[in-house]
Amino acid sequence: MHLLKLILRNTLRHKLRTLLTILGLLVAILSFGLLQTVVDAWYSGAKAAAPDRLITRNSVSLVVPLPVHYRDKIRGVDGVRSVATANWFAGIYQEPKNFFPQFAIDALPYLAMYPEYRIPEDQLRDFMRDRKGAVVGRKLANTYGFKVGDVVPLKGTIFAGNWEFVVRAIYDGAAPTTDTSQFFFHWAYLNESVRARAPQRANHVGVFVVQVSDVARAAEISKAVDAQFGNSAAETLTETEQAFQIGFVKQTEAIVVAIRIVSFVVIFIILAVMANTMAMTARERMSEYATLKALGFGPGFLGSLIFGESLAIAAIGAALGVALTFPVSDWFAAQMGTLFPVFEVSASTLWSQAACAAVVGVAAAVLPALRAARVRIVDGLRAAG
Amino acid sequence: MKGIPFSYTLRNLWTRKLTTVLTAGGMALVVFVFAAVQMLDTGLRQALIATGQPDNIHVTRRAAGAEISSSVDRTQAGIVETQPEIAIGPGGVRLVSKEVVVLITLPKRDTGTATNVTTRGVGEAAFELRPQLQIVEGRAFRPGSSEVIVGASIAQRFEGAAVGSLLRFGGREWRVVGRFEGKGSAYDSELWVDAEQLQQSFRRNAWSAVVARLVDPATLPALKERLESDPRLTLDVKYEREFFEEQSKALSNFISYLGLTLSVIFSVGAMIGATITMYAAVANRTGEIGTLRALGFRRSSILTTFLLEAVLLGAVGGVAGVLLASLMQFVHISTLNWQSFSELAFSFALTPRIVVLSLGFAVLMGLIGGFLPAVRASRMGIVDALRAA
Repeated sequence: MHLLKLILRNTLRHKLRTLLTILGLLVAILSFGLLQTVVDAWYSGAKAAAPDRLITRNSVSLVVPLPVHYRDKIRGVDGVRSVATANWFAGIYQEPKNFFPQFAIDALPYLAMYPEYRIPEDQLRDFMRDRKGAVVGRKLANTYGFKVGDVVPLKGTIFAGNWEFVVRAIYDGAAPTTDTSQFFFHWAYLNESVRARAPQRANHVGVFVVQVSDVARAAEISKAVDAQFGNSAAETLTETEQAFQIGFVKQTEAIVVAIRIVSFVVIFIILAVMANTMAMTARERMSEYATLKALGFGPGFLGSLIFGESLAIAAIGAALGVALTFPVSDWFAAQMGTLFPVFEVSASTLWSQAACAAVVGVAAAVLPALRAARVRIVDGLRAAG
Repeated sequence: MKGIPFSYTLRNLWTRKLTTVLTAGGMALVVFVFAAVQMLDTGLRQALIATGQPDNIHVTRRAAGAEISSSVDRTQAGIVETQPEIAIGPGGVRLVSKEVVVLITLPKRDTGTATNVTTRGVGEAAFELRPQLQIVEGRAFRPGSSEVIVGASIAQRFEGAAVGSLLRFGGREWRVVGRFEGKGSAYDSELWVDAEQLQQSFRRNAWSAVVARLVDPATLPALKERLESDPRLTLDVKYEREFFEEQSKALSNFISYLGLTLSVIFSVGAMIGATITMYAAVANRTGEIGTLRALGFRRSSILTTFLLEAVLLGAVGGVAGVLLASLMQFVHISTLNWQSFSELAFSFALTPRIVVLSLGFAVLMGLIGGFLPAVRASRMGIVDALRAA
């Protein structure tokens, strides 16, 4: 009990210094949390992937299209439950910086494969009836203020020209980690316009999404699908949706690695600040420690005093930092718009924040505690701060 | 009376070594991050500026944005080729290269990650148009054959891209016959083949882009005006350099925004560190300060001394941070460029500007961190300070 009281009193002795140290910790723990959340957001696509969905693309590269008639052949492969097509559209909404993913899909099978996109029944009916209709995610709708019935003009980059779509439905995510920043419209509409302008590019799709009836057979079915098109003009490559998404992340791995490194650098910076505070505190109190020793308190007691103070400061800083992570990440996500489709602070991020604070608290106290434990009473009493 | 000698400041830092090292170390890390991010951004820009030649123009389909989504048909390319502004090379051929750009997927050597690689089908004038390119191993591909030459960074990083090996894409096999170096340009991350061959194997009947040399680069605005208002053409005409700069815009913005945000947040931490240190220094030396004042040193001298100490701390951190960052010059980064959707390799580039900025940043952090403590030191009353000791 006395020990706790002593630690508390010691912590409050230099109010300004303690306050500044806590502030520093807060900033560090906060930015560590944000950076971890950015890394998580990077992997969100892979996490949201369902194990029963496969993606079939052109084996040369994702940007080379596949003929749409492959659909029927894929559907015929044993174990395939359903096949849908998707085309990356890459239209520009007003300005290039307003980026959000747009897909031309064959709506019925596609939306049936993604039950995590929840669309009100009447809106879905309206969308199916309107050839120029579009389904937009809740987050996207909030970012740009799209409402049902709005006309959204997009300037095509891959498919030249100005395109107009009418928002017919807005989907919500089944979970907070569902990507609700996407824009879907009918492939039939795209194809019919392409056929009029560039006939040789018509009847092609970017990827097939293949749903399998048995997850355990996914690898075997992937092979069977690719075997159908071996030695043809457009060979395919089929992989699970997760592998497909991770493929994207892997290509930008350098950035993820850099963010990871930087988020540990911030911990080192704050470790330096914290260790400095504790070193100064211990130096100033050396004569006190000597007095305590002279009274018969052992090095263990002095050690727990110093560790206790360091951990107390670290705990307060961490608690504030963790508490602030939520509002700040909400604000950050709002600023970033649809760049990060999912920006959620995960439980593991909170645990690593707490763990980092604990490590900093302990590490900062090691040297001062050793010094206090080793100091000879005479030298300590002579020390003048 | 003169100011307090500089050696006093130096000795003070020296006496409390652990504290000095910790505070300066924190600042060094911040400066390191600050400098590294700027170096990365500069490296990226340098790579893309090195890619474009100042007197070359680059023509793509209007609003295509990137070469892979562009298509320029043969008639349109022909019209561009016959413009009077375009230079004529040795042998009387126009310096025009009609190019096809496709992406293929190759596995990286160290991780096996399937990565998009730009494959460029080029015309015969292409090498004339890109004088920065040099074949360093083997030879150029023969026109009309299934031969490919690889950029230096591709040869180094990708499986099966060494000279002599076979690559399979577009339904046939291509023999790697040479390796070229492009002085750190984006071409280092490309494969080059004969344009007609690439067009056939990917069943394309249009070009992706037309690159041409101008007789006089100043004639571009007039040429651009004429071509872009021609009803037969739907094209964007740009300086090659401008085009490649735009290609890196998203990545460059991302790097610089992220870097700026991080530097600002981290510098708060480091400044707090400096403030704590300087407050402690002032508190410990109350008696000394009183003595100095009693000896006749002015308040301003005390203020300057403590500020100088803080600035020195910052400078030590700054120098250490820049030294640390300069090691990053040996590191190469390769990542997906979002706009061209393909692999791009570049390195950290240290310029004198970054060194000056980083050191300035460090000194500024020291100055801000040390300001309040120094003010407190200079405001102490002589009698109180002497009594406190």
